[in-house]
Amino acid sequence: MTIDQKTLDSLAEYLESAELEAREVVKITDAHPQLTLDDGYAIQAAIRARKEARGNQVAGLKAGLTSRAKMKQMGVEVPCFGLLFDYMSIANGGDVKTSELIHPKVEAEIAFVLKAPLRGPGCHVGAVLAATDFVVPAVEIIDSRYENFRFDLVSVVADNTSSSRFVVGSVARGIEGLDLRTLGMVMEKNGEVVAMAAGASVLGHPAEAIAQLANHLAARGEEIPAGTYIMSGGATEAIPVAAGDSIQVRFQDLGSVSMRFV
Amino acid sequence: MTPEQIKLHGDALYQALVDRQPLAPLTEREPDITIDDAYRIQLRMIERRLAKGETVIGKKIGVTSKAVQQMLNVYQPDFGLLLSGMVYAEGQAIPADSMIAPRAEAEVAFILKRDLDGPGVTAADVLRATDFVMPCFEIVDSRIKDWKIKIQDTVADNASCGVFVLGGTPRSLRGLDLSVAGMVVEKNGEIVSTSAGASVQGSPVNAVAWLANTLGALGIPLKAGEVILSGSQSPLMPVKAGDFFTCSVGGLGSCSARFS
Repeated sequence: MTIDQKTLDSLAEYLESAELEAREVVKITDAHPQLTLDDGYAIQAAIRARKEARGNQVAGLKAGLTSRAKMKQMGVEVPCFGLLFDYMSIANGGDVKTSELIHPKVEAEIAFVLKAPLRGPGCHVGAVLAATDFVVPAVEIIDSRYENFRFDLVSVVADNTSSSRFVVGSVARGIEGLDLRTLGMVMEKNGEVVAMAAGASVLGHPAEAIAQLANHLAARGEEIPAGTYIMSGGATEAIPVAAGDSIQVRFQDLGSVSMRFV
Repeated sequence: MTPEQIKLHGDALYQALVDRQPLAPLTEREPDITIDDAYRIQLRMIERRLAKGETVIGKKIGVTSKAVQQMLNVYQPDFGLLLSGMVYAEGQAIPADSMIAPRAEAEVAFILKRDLDGPGVTAADVLRATDFVMPCFEIVDSRIKDWKIKIQDTVADNASCGVFVLGGTPRSLRGLDLSVAGMVVEKNGEIVSTSAGASVQGSPVNAVAWLANTLGALGIPLKAGEVILSGSQSPLMPVKAGDFFTCSVGGLGSCSARFS
């Protein structure tokens, strides 16, 4: 750790109040260039503690920066990981209030729900598939608290990997007979196709993101408990949305996920 | 354009194909060339190939995806004819130097069991007339120097068709929604693009209906038994000897193309 507890708490407060007040802020590494990735995760944990103290609960985990293009852009070899909280959940077909957000973007992804715990190190795609209860289609609404979505790896990790809202689809399926690698996704904004992808755009296979999350947690002496809901990372590019927009994502073999921005 | 000009340009493109010597863009040499002129030139180029013993085995749609449209700055689809000399079997090495500036693109091929005679062909008609579909690679090539093509150039040049490979297992369209079928394209083992069928006019089925209606207006049917290439779902990828491409389509299996 390169910062003291007081600085850590003040950075957590700085970022969390920006989220809750829907206000963009300057990235934290501008004032604290010495921050490390571990510091970033420590700030994220402090944000979690603030939310839990207020009665909010963790609703799931997520992987971010999972596409090769994004990882290259950030100069990293592994994705980053964040937390989903109960108040972030939007029902399929529901409304997302843009007044509560800064500059939201939407990404289509596959979410996993585990029936058995996953423990690293050495967790791999096979172990993830064996531990998967079912997959569901999902859309994540990301909303960096940083100006113009400009950040570095440490800053985005501290900002809880831009977590903001998420919508879970209605079709849950076991992974048997489902090829998540070639599973297609088509995102439409106001009826027009704006993004397309196949599952392989996330680290070659979405389950790889879950395996890397298990290995990341193992390094901290933690595991992913059975029953955990995990979003594996955006397969499509992130598409900006504003009030009045309607988003629908169709998933091959998994139905569709939709929401309106009001 | 006069019939003499059409013949001249069609013959020149045929010669460019045979000699692998690209030409300057037609749109530079004939600034007033229309798309109609271009299709007549295409027909002349094809006649020359048919005279050498090739047969028409299908049709292709080109310039369908936004990605390819932006790359070429061409904002409408076009079509060309598939000839018997363009087919490579999967696994068979394609000599890269048999073409001028080859580029690979991954798509879905339709094999028809009934004629489709436009105009008035709907997506339902396409589904009814399709025997099966397969993932495929089309290797496009341009007889125009450095791919400096406008729509008239590529149309005259048979929609820049080179050769093609059909892959794997035939699948029925029953129970298969091609618009959401994901596609993963790998070059030499590395993923270069992922997309879905919606990238071609909302669905490859729509693209085939467009082709049937466009050709139908010209009195040309899509025929039972023909192969119809529905348009690229990947970026155009330059190829060289030694390259190995695979594309996998959700629910359809895969196709590979190997270059020597």
